[in-house]
Amino acid sequence: MSVMGAPDGRGRFGEFGGRFVPEALVPACLELESAFTEAWADPAFVAEFHQTLRLFGGRPTPVTPLARLSERLGLRVYAKREDLAHTGSHKINNVVGQALLTRRMGKGRVIAETGAGQHGVATATAAARLGLDCTVFMGEVDTRRQELNVFRMELLGAKVVPVTTGSRTLKDAVNEALREWVTCVADTHYCLGSVMGPHPFPWMVREFQRVIGDEARAQLEDLGVGVPDVVVACVGGGSNAAGVFAGFADTRARLVGVEAAGGSAIGHGAPGILHGMRSMLLQDEFGQIEEAQSISAGLDYPGIGPEHAHLAASGRAQYVEISDDEVLDGLTLLSETEGIIPALETAHAVAWVAGAAGNELAPGATVLLNLSGRGDKDVAQVRALMRGGG
Amino acid sequence: MTTLDERLSAARAGGRRALVPYLMAGARPDWTRLLEAAVAGGADALEVGLPFSDPMMDGPVIQEAGLAALAAGTTLDSVCAELGALDLGVPLVAMTYCNVVYHYGLERAAGRLREAGVLGTILPDLALEEIDSWAAVCDAGDLATVLMVAPSTPPERVARVAARSRGFVYAAARMAVTGAADGLGDGVAVVERIRAVSPVPAYLGIGIASPEQARAAATAADGAIVGSALVRRVLDGASPEQVETFVRGLREAIDAP
Repeated sequence: MSVMGAPDGRGRFGEFGGRFVPEALVPACLELESAFTEAWADPAFVAEFHQTLRLFGGRPTPVTPLARLSERLGLRVYAKREDLAHTGSHKINNVVGQALLTRRMGKGRVIAETGAGQHGVATATAAARLGLDCTVFMGEVDTRRQELNVFRMELLGAKVVPVTTGSRTLKDAVNEALREWVTCVADTHYCLGSVMGPHPFPWMVREFQRVIGDEARAQLEDLGVGVPDVVVACVGGGSNAAGVFAGFADTRARLVGVEAAGGSAIGHGAPGILHGMRSMLLQDEFGQIEEAQSISAGLDYPGIGPEHAHLAASGRAQYVEISDDEVLDGLTLLSETEGIIPALETAHAVAWVAGAAGNELAPGATVLLNLSGRGDKDVAQVRALMRGGG
Repeated sequence: MTTLDERLSAARAGGRRALVPYLMAGARPDWTRLLEAAVAGGADALEVGLPFSDPMMDGPVIQEAGLAALAAGTTLDSVCAELGALDLGVPLVAMTYCNVVYHYGLERAAGRLREAGVLGTILPDLALEEIDSWAAVCDAGDLATVLMVAPSTPPERVARVAARSRGFVYAAARMAVTGAADGLGDGVAVVERIRAVSPVPAYLGIGIASPEQARAAATAADGAIVGSALVRRVLDGASPEQVETFVRGLREAIDAP
């Protein structure tokens, strides 16, 4: 397997990945694997995917040189502007792909899980565009943290189901979506939001997201930058990171994934099995999954996509963590120096770049920062945190 | 010690329709008394749940029982210690999720369970494609790996699942997670698909809640598995006597001429 190539026949990236799902879901996963494999090899499907992203999704997103931030940090920082994509984050890339695939499979409905609400909004958006019914599962805690996103989904015609089990956050939304999928798999596609879950999801979602990295690589060439020294992205499940890494995996660029300190599956986890995959997971000594704790609902996940676990194990990518306190500094830094308010998730990556400048990152190093989402959704929360002295 | 295959085949040869109640270990401090009550009520085997934080194949009732068990500090070791001290006289099958046994270590987990008198395991998130390493350990340790056939399982796959299943095949009556429901769902068709390709006993579960359903399930298949309906009563505070009475009601319905 080449670095960030297709997984093996069992959906493994090294020792991670696989398909650990109830028998009831296995046929659907097999159907999806074959449907995606055929579609992704079909030039007409790939063309429709890219055309939809172009005409509807706001692609290509630009790469913006961040001049004032670069001067401040003594680096040459470039941002891949996924915050400018439709619905405000990279999530649209994946949902357009999966919605088109849903239609190709002859299914009329999608279900999805969401944490911050970005994937839920994106799924509801793509479903509206393609005329699919849509139900989104969202932890009850997150429906309160992100109530405007709940309303957005409803405006888009989706049904939002608050999940009241377990920690009532993203992990439990995934559980509930999987349970729902068992009951309706014949006519419903589970539009999973990250590079996680059973095979083929981690591979398929990364392929739909690799447009980020492929575009950025060409754009940096056009800017005369070439291959950057470092490519950095925040990581919850890890879809924006996987997408941007995929464009640079075969280069000498250092790949850095930034986890939330309270959800650091690589930093503090151990190998385990959850949500259909073997990956690195936060868990106790008995194998019970622990709840992630993060300021950003989108990174509040105790696991990480299996390909990231493999990239970490093989040493091709490095995973670091940023605490909640550092996140707000990252958010204000980018806002004040560049006029871009990043999502709290994205602010983790900004904060790492700021902290690494001058030590881990040599002066003058070129950095591609994947600006995965915009901060509009977080503004009320950020205001409350700042007024509270946080 | 005999294997699950031997125990259950012997029962079937005797013409007996099996009743397999499910109880969550550790859901209440007196959970082992509930196992004894279920046996007294006429259980042929018991499915014992080992709690997991993220039970993707379970509905609200068993989720609640699992959370209660975890809150009480239930672990694989604590369950095995308590089971090992019992002499129930019926086969025990442990149901849990992959991460519980993988985290414990496959060989160590299989050994610990077998030592505690457990004869089989059901790991609902361990599909056929991923089972080899666990199956090898279980085969070597005389621990049966019970696999599930779902209504969505295509016929060609039913044959492969049934061939790899040990003890019995868990026939899922419907496309759903655990939880009470009406009727037998797709259960009859699922059992027919298993029967067409395999001599291994098929027990029907998922949504089997009432004596009438248990009778229908045990008639269509070789046995009935009743989980959430029983666990609901346990969570609502049923005494061991009430558990025994409920199980006896299922037994009598199954055995009625």
